[in-house]
Amino acid sequence: MAATKLKPVDAVVVGTGLAGSIMCKSLAETGLKVVGFERGRLLDTQHDFAMPYVHDELKYDRHSDILQNLSRETITFRNKMSELALPMRELGSFKPGECVGGAAVHWGCHAKRFLPWDFAARSQTLERYGAAQIAADCTTQDWGISYDDLEPYYDQFEHLYGVGGKAGNLNGVIEAGGNPFEGARSREFPNPASKTTQIGQLFSDAVRQFGYSPHSNPTAAMTQAYTNPYKLMLGECIGGGFCGGHVCAQGAKANPLNTVVPALGRHDNFELRTLANVIKINLDSTGKRAVGVTYIDARGREFEQPADLVVLSAYTFNNVRLLMLSGIGKQYDPASGTGTLGRNYSYQTHGKVQLFFEDRTFNPFMGGGGRGTAIDDFNGDNFDHAGLGFIGGSYVAAQTSGAAPIKSKQVPPGTPGWGAEWKKTAAHYYNRSFGLNLHGSCQSYRDCYLDLDPTYRDANGLPLLRMTFDWHDNEKKMISHIVEKSAEIAKAISPAKMGSHKLSAKYSIVPYQSTHNIGGAVMGDDPATSVVNKYLQSWDVNNVFVVGGSAFPQNSANPPTATIGALACWAADAIKETYLKKPGLLT
Amino acid sequence: MQDTASQHAYGFLTRPEVQFLDAAVERLIPADELGPGACDAGVTAYIDRQLTSTWGMHGRNYRSGPWVEGTPQQGFQSRLMPQEIYRYGIAETDAHCKRQYGKAFRMLTGEQQDEVLHALEKDSIELPSLPAKLFFGLLWRNTEEGFFSDPVYGGNRDKAGWRLLGFPGVAASNYNELMYTQTEPYRVEPVSILDMQEGRAALDNQGYPKHVPAQKDGHGRN
Ligand SMILES: Cc1cc2nc3c(=O)[nH]c(=O)nc-3n(C[C@H](O)[C@H](O)[C@H](O)COP(=O)(O)OP(=O)(O)OC[C@H]3O[C@@H](n4cnc5c(N)ncnc54)[C@H](O)[C@@H]3O)c2cc1C
Ligand code: SF4
Repeated sequence: MAATKLKPVDAVVVGTGLAGSIMCKSLAETGLKVVGFERGRLLDTQHDFAMPYVHDELKYDRHSDILQNLSRETITFRNKMSELALPMRELGSFKPGECVGGAAVHWGCHAKRFLPWDFAARSQTLERYGAAQIAADCTTQDWGISYDDLEPYYDQFEHLYGVGGKAGNLNGVIEAGGNPFEGARSREFPNPASKTTQIGQLFSDAVRQFGYSPHSNPTAAMTQAYTNPYKLMLGECIGGGFCGGHVCAQGAKANPLNTVVPALGRHDNFELRTLANVIKINLDSTGKRAVGVTYIDARGREFEQPADLVVLSAYTFNNVRLLMLSGIGKQYDPASGTGTLGRNYSYQTHGKVQLFFEDRTFNPFMGGGGRGTAIDDFNGDNFDHAGLGFIGGSYVAAQTSGAAPIKSKQVPPGTPGWGAEWKKTAAHYYNRSFGLNLHGSCQSYRDCYLDLDPTYRDANGLPLLRMTFDWHDNEKKMISHIVEKSAEIAKAISPAKMGSHKLSAKYSIVPYQSTHNIGGAVMGDDPATSVVNKYLQSWDVNNVFVVGGSAFPQNSANPPTATIGALACWAADAIKETYLKKPGLLT
Repeated sequence: MQDTASQHAYGFLTRPEVQFLDAAVERLIPADELGPGACDAGVTAYIDRQLTSTWGMHGRNYRSGPWVEGTPQQGFQSRLMPQEIYRYGIAETDAHCKRQYGKAFRMLTGEQQDEVLHALEKDSIELPSLPAKLFFGLLWRNTEEGFFSDPVYGGNRDKAGWRLLGFPGVAASNYNELMYTQTEPYRVEPVSILDMQEGRAALDNQGYPKHVPAQKDGHGRN
């Protein structure tokens, strides 16, 4: 069926989640005619986010209709190139969103910046430890920008999202109570840090004995009522315990639907087109210039929307896949090491020490809103890696994130998985346990990448994205080392029993881990090893910008969203200030 | 207190299937001095309602072939939908029990039932149509869901699962203060979405439930 050709517009934005909403708003402010495309629907926050329905674990954790509908589109997965990739038939390891606001509508609000080291992981490792510290097949590289380049945009994003926290490094001066390892920030957080909970206090007291520096997680759940720069109001978080994975009835969880999307309504030159699934970026006959996008609407009709500028912000997977489906860039081939598109796909690592008590109760169902107390003493290169045989690290946090009853029952090692004894033990420890959680970095490797699947297709007949990914020794050693350190901290809290988890032998797509998938269209200053330049502009087709975690060359230990938001602000600024005045390759 | 809409109306499961599941879920989460088990908590009714929902037909799962079993890391790869997994899994486990013990699963002693469930879990019974552990995995997952999800889905009757844990259900609006001050166990009558829908819960001016002290001691005892 031939696509109906629509009237041209100036710019299109594909995907209206966290990054896309920011791109839409920035472009709309220039007066250009902008269309934002979203495959999902626009939620009606008054009714879709109403009490008590948002406090429904089964609905949001297991069956949510705001998550990607895999019956139409999924990815395929294999651990290594010698295996046959198979479709991810049900959601597990990660939960991409499918609605205006994207995955950020139901995110966990932990809004932490990356460390300065993260942006120069390779060069700083070489400088401090030499080449032998980095595994031979590790393709970790510098970002092409520094933390300092991005700092003003972190600041912009934090004010847009009302992030609460306490500065640990204000213009180079270390501040008491904050995270002393963070990069220098130019001003305080817009909102105060969340208070320390009982488990946060136990953790803080314990880590101080080791000389570590506890601090509150920066959070985008409002620690007080807040009005953002677009004059949009957010309410204070009540800590109702159904948070990560859930939408927020309080309007306290900063997300595109309460920080940016309402402000888009003020621009007549902006149009939001929902239930519109973009399947391709169209190129002119030279293949060097995009002329618009093709999409399929809710009725299955195909349309061609001509535009002078195309912004992809369709989450890591579809940013990469749409470039592949459109023939933009050269597919990475791990055998020959050629091509860049799909290269350096990575994820995040995790580990845990669980503490069980007889004499303490924690009421773990109260919480959420990113509340947690963390240390960064084992993050990035904040500790000496000489002789350890790995690079990177993790933060360790005692999180008060709520304890919904289907998924949050912890039992000591050796407890049967079901039956009479399981029941008694689960009931006994539900209120008497908490965990020290490790969230770790993940380097990139030659054999971890994305390409198009040769067999499986989506509901439109287009090839699915294929993920080839597994854990590597560097990450296993790193998590084991820090789990051991965390167990020492845990012992200082004197639990009756302890359990711990290190990284599994193989990465599995089954248990939920994080929606922190990154890479595949990475940024850099060399077209031989990156897909986009430091302004997230395609090297090959200069009127295409690719915004999101797809640009990260490897993953930090810290959650990605503050950096995705900052990169969106940074790219939008470059487009407004430089590109639109003189379209062409930005330098 | 009547806590669910329809306690004995089954939309998908047949009578023998209901009997099988009542027996099986009760072994997984048995009644004891702490309170009701999964059978009395309505877990079979929960499973039945899930099976008639979109989920029971994997409406949001990717369902195109080719179908290959794959590695454990690649996750669910069966052609069967939950409706079929239960239908074949129950019939074939019962057939196994009749061969092994001369009786249907529901007629076995508790110890024998546990033996069968452990064998399913470990995949040491060969079922003709599906891996035993696929059936067991789904059964355990749904049992846990049915025991601990909101009673609006037909399980967790009288909020038995929440009373067992001391989970208060829908949050009250003062958690943000209590969270920092309450170190004693917070024991309140749990409030469900169903309670609020049916007008059984007192609400504050923000529309959150007002929690009242637990009538039962958090371990189901009066
Ligand atoms: C349960 C959960 C908890 C999380 N907690 C945290 C946390 O605490 N801290 C943190 O930093 N991060 C967290 N995250 C991650 C965070 O949500 C993401 O990093 C963020 O949303 C990514 O922004 P994005 O704009 O790249 O993608 P998204 O926000 O997902 O937006 C992408 C949008 O593109 C749309 N789209 C995709 N393909 C197409 C197409 N072909 N045509 C049209 N539209 C398309 C999608 O429907 C979606 O709306 C969490 C995620 C989840 C799921
Ligand atoms: S914990 Fe806070 S941010 Fe999270 S859903 Fe509840 S009120 Fe919203």
